[in-house]
Amino acid sequence: MEIIKELPEVFEEFAQQRRNSFLTVKELKDRGIPVVGAYCTYFPRELALAMGAVPVGLCSTSDETIPVAEKDLPKNLCPLIKSSYGFAVTNKCPFFYFSDLVVGETTCDGKKKMYELMGEIKDVFLMELPNSQSPASLELWKGEVIRLKEYMEKKFEVEITEEKVREAVRVLNEERRALTRLSEVMKLDPAPITGYDLFKVLYGSQFKFDHTVIPGETDKLTDKILAEYKEGKMQEKKPRIILTGCPVGGATEKVIRAIEDNGGIIVAYENCTGAKQFDRLVDEDASDIYAALAERYLAIGCSVMSPNPNRYELLGRLIDEYHADGVVDMELQACHTYNIETTKIRRFVTEEKKISYLNLETDYSQADAGQLATRIAAFIEML
Amino acid sequence: MYFTGIDIGSTSAKTIVLGEDGGILYKSVRPTGWSSVDTAEEIRRTLLDKGFDAEKEPCTATGYGRISVPYANKTVTEITCHAKGAVHLFDQQDMLVIDIGGQDTKIIRIEHGQVRDFMMNDKCSAGTGRFLEVMANSMSMRPDQMCEIAEEGSGSGVSISSMCTVFAESEVIGLIGKGEKQENIAYAVVDSIISRVASQCSRLFSPDVPVFLTGGLCECDYIRRDLGRRLGSTIRSCPDARYAGAIGAALMARRLK
Repeated sequence: MEIIKELPEVFEEFAQQRRNSFLTVKELKDRGIPVVGAYCTYFPRELALAMGAVPVGLCSTSDETIPVAEKDLPKNLCPLIKSSYGFAVTNKCPFFYFSDLVVGETTCDGKKKMYELMGEIKDVFLMELPNSQSPASLELWKGEVIRLKEYMEKKFEVEITEEKVREAVRVLNEERRALTRLSEVMKLDPAPITGYDLFKVLYGSQFKFDHTVIPGETDKLTDKILAEYKEGKMQEKKPRIILTGCPVGGATEKVIRAIEDNGGIIVAYENCTGAKQFDRLVDEDASDIYAALAERYLAIGCSVMSPNPNRYELLGRLIDEYHADGVVDMELQACHTYNIETTKIRRFVTEEKKISYLNLETDYSQADAGQLATRIAAFIEML
Repeated sequence: MYFTGIDIGSTSAKTIVLGEDGGILYKSVRPTGWSSVDTAEEIRRTLLDKGFDAEKEPCTATGYGRISVPYANKTVTEITCHAKGAVHLFDQQDMLVIDIGGQDTKIIRIEHGQVRDFMMNDKCSAGTGRFLEVMANSMSMRPDQMCEIAEEGSGSGVSISSMCTVFAESEVIGLIGKGEKQENIAYAVVDSIISRVASQCSRLFSPDVPVFLTGGLCECDYIRRDLGRRLGSTIRSCPDARYAGAIGAALMARRLK
C-alpha cells in the first residue's frame, strides 16, 4: 500500500511551529517509513517497531480543536477525546495526519464511540480491550494482539516475524529501564530537579522516532543529574507530591505548574504520561512472546479496568519508595471511571498510607487556573 | 506589637488587627469593589489613620484578592486562614467550618487545629451570598431583610427548581408576578441556598463533630438554624465570624515575628 506522504491542503494556513512538526514527520514518510498512531498505553508498540514503522502517541492536549469536535461530539465529554477528535478532523495534528494506521482500544465509553466516527476519516483498527485482568481476559487480549499483528502484515504487506517482535521487546525494555532509572532520581530528598523538568523529558520521549537512541540519551541525562547532585545542585526541600489520575500534558500542565509554583514538588507521576508507560518489562525470554506482550500491557492499572488492583499496587509502591507527603488526583471532566475511583483511592491514600489527598477536576481551558491554584496552595499549606 | 490580617474576598474586604495576646484591636469590612489593588491601598491608609502601620508591622493577605496587597509580608489561602481564624474564635481544635462567602462556599474539616480536608464551590454562585443578593434585589430587599422574613414562609410549599442563579431569578420574578407572598418566596430562596450548602457538606460532615458558620451570612440566625436542622446538628456562630479569614491571616502574620 502507498503510505501517506503529501502535506494537507490546510498546511499553508499553519503557523511556523506546526509547519515544522509536519515537515519533521513528512521527512520520515518520504523515507518510506510508515507511521502507526495510537491513543493508549495499552497499544503494544513492539508490533510497530517489528515492522519498521514508527509508533506515535496521538492523545491531544489542547482545547484549540474542541469547538470543532463539538459539532459531532457531545459537549459533556472528556476534553481529551474531544480535542483528539478535533485534531483528527481538522488535519491539524501532523502525527494523526501522517498515521497510515490508527490503533484504538475499547478502553472507555467515550473513546470507543468516538472511534466509530474517527473510522470514517482514517483506517482505525479497534482492539477489543477486556474490562478486567482475569485469565480469560488475558486470552482475549492475546488474541487481539495477534489479530492486530495479522492486520498490519496484510495492510503494509510485510512479515512480522517472532524474531522481529522479540528484538522490538528488547529495544523497548531498554527504553523502559532507562526511563525508570531517570524517574528514580526523584527518590532523592531534596529532589535534584523539578517535577516539571522530569515531565518534559518523559512527555518528550513519546515523540522520539528512533527508539534505539532513547536509552543512551536518557542514561546520559540521568548520569548528569546525579553528578550535579553530588556537587550540590538540587531543589529546596519541599512537600513531596505524587500526581495521579488522568493523562497530563499540554493544557493540563497548569496542574503541574500550580503544584510547583505553590510550594510543592512532584516526585512521581502515577499516570500514563509517567509510570504507566514504563513500569514493568515485557518478559523477553518467554517462549510465547505474544502472551508476554499481552500480559505486560493488560496489567496497566487504568481505571477502565474493573477491578483495578494494579493502580493501588503502583500508587502504593510509589508513595513508599518516593516518600510522598501527599497525592493529587487529577481528573478530566466527564471521566466516569477515574472520577468514581477517587472514592476508593482517597480511602487508600488517607487511611492505609496515612498521607493527604486532594482531588481535582478540570478541563482543557485555562479559565480555572486561579481556582486550581487556590485549592492546590491550600492543600500544600496542609502538609 | 500588633499583627494585621487582610481578607480580600470577591465581595467584601475584611481587615483585622490583633494584639500580641490575640485580642482584636481593630476590625473593619468594606466592599471589595472592582479593584482589589485600590481597596488594599485604601485599607492601608485607613489603618495608618488609626495608628496601625501595615507596611512596617507583620501583615498577611488572604482571599481572592490576596495578590493585590503589595505591603503584605505573606499570602496564605483563605482555606488555611479561615481554619486558623475559626479555631481562634471558637476555641475548638476539632470542627467543621462552613463559610458561605460572597461568590464561593467553603467547607473545611479541622482536626487538632489543622486543616484536614476541604471542599470548595467556586465554580457556581448557587449556594453563595451572591444567590441571596440577586434574589433579594429582585424583591427590592436587602439580603438580611430577606433572611428575616424567610422563616415566616416555611411550610408554604413554595420552592425554586432552578439551581442556576440566573434562571432562579426568573423564577422569583415569575412568583412575584403571580402575587406569591414575599415571605414564601424568601423561604424558597433561602431553602435553595441551604440545600446546596448541605449537599456540599455531605462528604465532610459527621454528626459527632461540632459545626461552625463563618462568612457574611453568619449573623443570619434563620440560615444558621435551618442549615443545622438540615444537617442534623446544631450550628454555632458569633458576630465576628465574618472576620474568620482576616483573623486567621493576622495569626499567620504573628508567626512571622
